[in-house]
Amino acid sequence: MNILYFLVGCSVLMALIFLGAFIWAAKTGQNDDVYTPGVRILFDDEPEEEKSEEDHFSS
Amino acid sequence: MKNQQQTTTYTICYHCGEEVTDHIHRLDDKDFCCAGCKGVYQILSENNLCNYYAYNHNPGQRFNHDTRLEYLDEPQIINQLIDYTGKESSIITFYIPGIQCSSCIWLLEHLYKINPAIFSSRIDFIRKQVTITFNHTEIPLRKLVETLIQIGYEPLISLQDVVKEHQKALDKGLILKIAVAGFLMGNVMLFSFPEYFGLSGLEKQFQVLFGWLNLAFSIPAAFYCGKDYFISALTSLKHKHVNLDTPLALIIAVLFSRTAFEVIFSTGPGFADTLTGLVFLLLMGKWLKQRTYNHISFDRDYRSYFPIAVTTLINGLEKPVSINDVKIGDRLWIRNGELLPADAILMKGDAWMDMSFVTGESEPVHKVLGEIIYAGGRQTGEAIELEVIKPVSQSYLTGLWNHDHYKNNVQKQNFNDSIAKYFSLAVFTIAFSATAYWLLQHDSHKAWSAFTAVIIVACPCVLALSTPFTLSAILSVFDKKGFYVKNTDAVEQLAKCDAVVFDKTGTLTTTRNAQVYFNGEMDDHEKKIVASLFRNSAHPLSRHILKELKTSDFFQVKNYKEIPGKGLSATVNGLNVYAGSLSSKLKAVGHQPSSGVNVVIDDVYIGNFVIEQEWRPQLNVLIAQLNRSFDVQLLSGDTNKDERHLRTIFPEKNQIRFRQSPHEKLDAISALQDSGRAVMMLGDGLNDAGALKQSDFGIAITDDINNFTPGCDAILKGDSLSLLPNFIGLSKDGIKIIKASFAIATAYNFIGIYYAVQGTLYPLVAAVLMPISTVTIICFTTFATRILARKNKLFT
Repeated sequence: MNILYFLVGCSVLMALIFLGAFIWAAKTGQNDDVYTPGVRILFDDEPEEEKSEEDHFSS
Repeated sequence: MKNQQQTTTYTICYHCGEEVTDHIHRLDDKDFCCAGCKGVYQILSENNLCNYYAYNHNPGQRFNHDTRLEYLDEPQIINQLIDYTGKESSIITFYIPGIQCSSCIWLLEHLYKINPAIFSSRIDFIRKQVTITFNHTEIPLRKLVETLIQIGYEPLISLQDVVKEHQKALDKGLILKIAVAGFLMGNVMLFSFPEYFGLSGLEKQFQVLFGWLNLAFSIPAAFYCGKDYFISALTSLKHKHVNLDTPLALIIAVLFSRTAFEVIFSTGPGFADTLTGLVFLLLMGKWLKQRTYNHISFDRDYRSYFPIAVTTLINGLEKPVSINDVKIGDRLWIRNGELLPADAILMKGDAWMDMSFVTGESEPVHKVLGEIIYAGGRQTGEAIELEVIKPVSQSYLTGLWNHDHYKNNVQKQNFNDSIAKYFSLAVFTIAFSATAYWLLQHDSHKAWSAFTAVIIVACPCVLALSTPFTLSAILSVFDKKGFYVKNTDAVEQLAKCDAVVFDKTGTLTTTRNAQVYFNGEMDDHEKKIVASLFRNSAHPLSRHILKELKTSDFFQVKNYKEIPGKGLSATVNGLNVYAGSLSSKLKAVGHQPSSGVNVVIDDVYIGNFVIEQEWRPQLNVLIAQLNRSFDVQLLSGDTNKDERHLRTIFPEKNQIRFRQSPHEKLDAISALQDSGRAVMMLGDGLNDAGALKQSDFGIAITDDINNFTPGCDAILKGDSLSLLPNFIGLSKDGIKIIKASFAIATAYNFIGIYYAVQGTLYPLVAAVLMPISTVTIICFTTFATRILARKNKLFT
C-alpha cells in the first residue's frame, strides 16, 4: 500500500499542472474571445481559392 | 412565394444586397446600387479579396462617408488612441459597428493584402473590435483608418473610448479564484472519500496524511479564494452594519480553524471538504452575479456621442484639436453633419441645428448670428464658425451627467442584505445558547463543537446562491426576448418599480418603418422626374421617398446639386427640379415654407412629402395592462402635435407633458421619487439620458442593439416593448422564488441545527447536508423560473 504515497503525490502534481495551465491560459487572454476562433478555422486556405476567383473574373 | 417573385423582377446589389433600381453601376457582370459599393468591390477584387463574397451573400453594408480625418494627423490624438507603439510597429484597437458576419472577419483579418504595411489584424467578433498591428512609418494612422473606410468598415472613434473601457472592466481575479477553488475542492473531495466510506485498519495509516493534505488545501481556500469575504465583512463592520458577507466570512473562519484544530491534534477529519465546497459555490454565485453582456455597453454617456476632435480656427487656419483641450474663446469650425461639442455663440454662417440629441425634436432649428447654441446640436448645412463660451465638461448637455443629486445607488439594499442582519442574529443566539448550555453541563469539548457546528450548519450559502441563480436564469429568459438587463441586481430593482414613465419619440414611435405621404397631386411623368432626382442622393430621407415612389425607369439628370440639410436640385428632362426645405426658394414660388420635403418643378410648387413616424403596435393594450398596477406618465420633448392621438392610447388619468427639456425630464422623475415612487423610465435618446440615470430602473429602447444607447439599466428591443408587463411580472415572481428558497433553506437548517446543538454533528453529515441543500435550491430555482416564465408567457 506504500505505493499510494507515490500515487497521491502524482495525482496532486497532475492536478497542479492542469491548474497552472488554466491560469496561464486565462492570464494570456486565451478565453477572452471564445467565438471568433471557431469561425476563423472554417475559412479555406488561400492559394486555390484565389485562382478560381481570378478565373471567374477573366471570364 | 412572394419573395421569389421579387427576386426575379429586381436585381440586388452584389455588395450590400439592397435593391438595384438601375444598371449604371456595373462591374464584372455584377450590379451595384451605388458608386460606394462598386468602389469597395473594385478595391477587393484588385487585391484578390473576393473570398469576401464567397462566405456570405451580399455581406457588405451600404454607406456614405464624409468623415473628416484630419485630426488623426495630430500626434497628441494619435497617442490617445494607440495601445502600444514601438520602433517600427504600433498596435491599435478599433470598435467597428459594421462587423456583422463571418465575411467581415475574413476580410478584416486579410488587411495585409491591401497594404503590406499592416502586419496583422485580429477580430473579436462579439465585441466588434479589431486589433491591428501596423508599421506606423509606412502607413500613418490616418491612412489606416482611410483604408478601413474604403472597404466599408468605418471605425467609431468617440470621446468615450469603448475599447479601453472594456479592457479595464475585464477582471480576471475572480475567474482565477474559481479555478483554484475548483482545484482545491476536487482534491479535498478525493482525500475525504475514504472517510465517507469508513476506514479499514489498513487505511488508517493514510488518515493522517489525508488530514494534513486537506489542511494544506484549506489554507489557500480560506485565505486566497475567500479573501474578499473577510475584507467585505471587516469594512461592513467598520460601518456598523451587517451584510451577507459577514456571516459567510465567519463560517469560513470557523470551518478553517476547526479543521486546523482537528488535524493538528488528531481529533477528527475536519471540515476541509465543506470549506472548499462552500468557497467554490460562493464564488460561482458571485461570478453569475457579476456576469454581464460583453457586447452591450450600459454605461455610455454623452462622450460616446461626441467625436474625439473638433476643428478650430487659429488665425484663420484650420487645426484639429482634441475635445478635452477646447477652451473658452476658441473658434470652432463646424461643417455639415458635425456635432457641436461645447456651448458656443454663432459668429459666422447660417446655422440649421439638428437638436434631436438634446431635445428629441427632429426638425432642424434655425439659429441667427450671436445666438447661443447648446452642445449636442448637429449642423445641417454650410460650415459655421462659433466661439466657445463654456468648456465641454460644463456645457448645458454634459451638465446632465455632472448633476450632483443623483440618488445614491449604494443605498439600494437588496433582499439578501436586508435579511442577513436578522439571520446572523438568530444564528449567534442559537450558537451561544448551545455553548452556554454545554458549559453549564461542564462539557467544554461539546460546547466548542456545538458552537462551531451551529455556525457551520446554519450557513447562509443558500441565500448567497439562490439570488444569483434565480436572477441569472431570469436574465437569460429576458435575453431571448430582446430585453437585456445589466446585471442581476438590476432585476431586483425592476421588481420594485411602481411607476412607469415613457418618452415619446423613438420610444412609442419607431423610425424604422417611417410612413411617407405626399400632399399634392403628381402624375406619372412628374413622379418619374422626382424619382430621377432623388435617386442621386444617399440621404436616408431620399431613400425612403424613392422607395415609396416605386419607379423603375428614370430620366437623365444634369447639374445635380445637393445642398446639405436643405435639399436637392437638378435639371431633369430639361426642367429645373428642386426638393427640400429651403424657405427662400419656396417663397420665391409663392408658397409658405412647410415642413417635410417640398417639391418644386420649374418654379411651380407641386406638393410636399411628409415623413411620419410610425407608432409601435399594440400600444393601447400595453398601456391598459400597465395602468392596472402602475402609475403611467408620458414626458415628451416634442410639441403637442400628437396630443389627440396620444389621448386615444393614454386614458385621462395618465399625465402627459410636452416640450420637456432634458433637465425638466430629470426633475419630473426626481419629483415622482420624492413622492415615494420607484420609477421606471423608458427612453431612447440623449435627451432622456438624465432621466434614465435618475430613475430607479432606466430602460433604453432601440430598434438595433448595435446602435448607441444612453447609459441605462437595461436595453429593450423595440419589438419587445409589448412584453414589458410580462417582464415586470417575471421579475416580481423571481423575488418570490428567492423568498421561497430561503424558506426551504431554513427548513434544512433546522434539521442541521437539531444535531449541531447536541454537539454530535459529524463532518460527514455536514458534508452531505450542505451539497444536498445547495442542489435542492439550484434545482428549485431553475424549475421555478421556467414554470413562472411560462406563466408570464415568456417561453417559446
